[in-house]
Amino acid sequence: MDALLLEYLPVLIFVGLALVIGIALMLAAFVLAENRPDPEKLSAYECGFEAFDDARKKFDVRFYLVAILFIIFDLEVAFLFPWAVALGDIGLYGFWSMMIFLGILTIGFVYEWKKGALEWE
Amino acid sequence: MAELWWDYGWPLTIMVGQSLLVIVGVLVALAFLLLADRKIWAAVQLRRGPNVVGPFGLWQSFADFFKFALKEVIIPDGANKGVFLLAPLLTFVLAFMGWAVIPFAEGWVVADINVGILYVFAVSSLGVYGVVMGGWASNSKYPFLGGLRSAAQMVSYEVSIGFVIITVLLCVGSLNLSDIVRAQENIWFFIPLFPMFVIFFISALAETNRPPFDLPEAESELVAGYQTEYSSTPFLLFMIGEYANIVLMCAMIVILFLGGWLPPFDIAPFNWIPGIFWFVGKMLLIFFMFAMVKAFVPRYRYDQLMRLGWKVFLPFSLVWVVVTAGALVAFDWVPA
Repeated sequence: MDALLLEYLPVLIFVGLALVIGIALMLAAFVLAENRPDPEKLSAYECGFEAFDDARKKFDVRFYLVAILFIIFDLEVAFLFPWAVALGDIGLYGFWSMMIFLGILTIGFVYEWKKGALEWE
Repeated sequence: MAELWWDYGWPLTIMVGQSLLVIVGVLVALAFLLLADRKIWAAVQLRRGPNVVGPFGLWQSFADFFKFALKEVIIPDGANKGVFLLAPLLTFVLAFMGWAVIPFAEGWVVADINVGILYVFAVSSLGVYGVVMGGWASNSKYPFLGGLRSAAQMVSYEVSIGFVIITVLLCVGSLNLSDIVRAQENIWFFIPLFPMFVIFFISALAETNRPPFDLPEAESELVAGYQTEYSSTPFLLFMIGEYANIVLMCAMIVILFLGGWLPPFDIAPFNWIPGIFWFVGKMLLIFFMFAMVKAFVPRYRYDQLMRLGWKVFLPFSLVWVVVTAGALVAFDWVPA
């Protein structure tokens, strides 16, 4: 078998075992505990009130904004990983290339800061 | 037939054995760490904490386990049943996935993959899914809001964690976790990279929803956040997943900054002690710090939390990446 893939076989086995143990733990209650549902028990929790309206309503757009900012910065971190590891091989040229890239990113970051995308009140 | 066994069967058995050892070991360790967490919390508040089940309450977590397993599973009427049950399972599995690549001592690792740190980073990113799925599938207001908050918080701090990892990688030149530890033979990274160590520690608290960043579970506002509608073993899986993540973060701090299994000084009395003891000892120290923070730091407000993540940690760690890289290149210290 491919040596590279073989390296990941233990990971696969590990995940499989974790899944089996997780399912076993989860099923324990279904098997051991008795199940006596009633409408009150199964209603959504709202401090004792009847639920007022549907829970899946509109929410603040800032959560969406945070998600987008996260994607940008996390992708950038993903770009930095190989650069950080290979810095010894790519030398000054690689170093300055990344500095220019980070500079452009910083301009974007300053812009979003000034626009108030990071404000929560 | 015998050849087939020695070529495939035996290595496979060893892998299964190692994996089981790590998973069960972590599970049992978690039971006692949970108790330690509660005991430390209690001691700070001049209480005794759990002390009824077994000597010093040592079996408390096991008693809790049986309590969970014998309770009725309540799945709310409005919930999406599949996703509702999948969420805790996902949290549990993802929390344990990271442990597959953690080196407990020289060579003591289930899967010594060469992109170890990237793997841990990816798996811990996926942890958000369990929270979002649980919050959404419950179809109840508190879990929904708690899930949203939690997701936003976790992704915010992940960015600074990413940058901190980059600074460490610059000093190592490898993505393999064992290589990262070996690179610290001369000096543990928390000394040259002390600010990054602090940022990583605080971000780890936020990433795992620990106090003072436990806003998704702030009782006074959101009941129990995304876990509100959960009961019995699905709740237990969330709980175990959360603690497995916390301890994984402790392990990551030890590997990245505190020299993993290496003794503090490579001289006589210190290097007699096997590496695993150093590793576990350092992990316990970090966990103790986590528990102390929980006990005496008041909870953050949500806007303060986001401000700290995006406006303080992110720019600071970004600058530190540039400074570290610049220093390494300028003084020709870059690891080959």
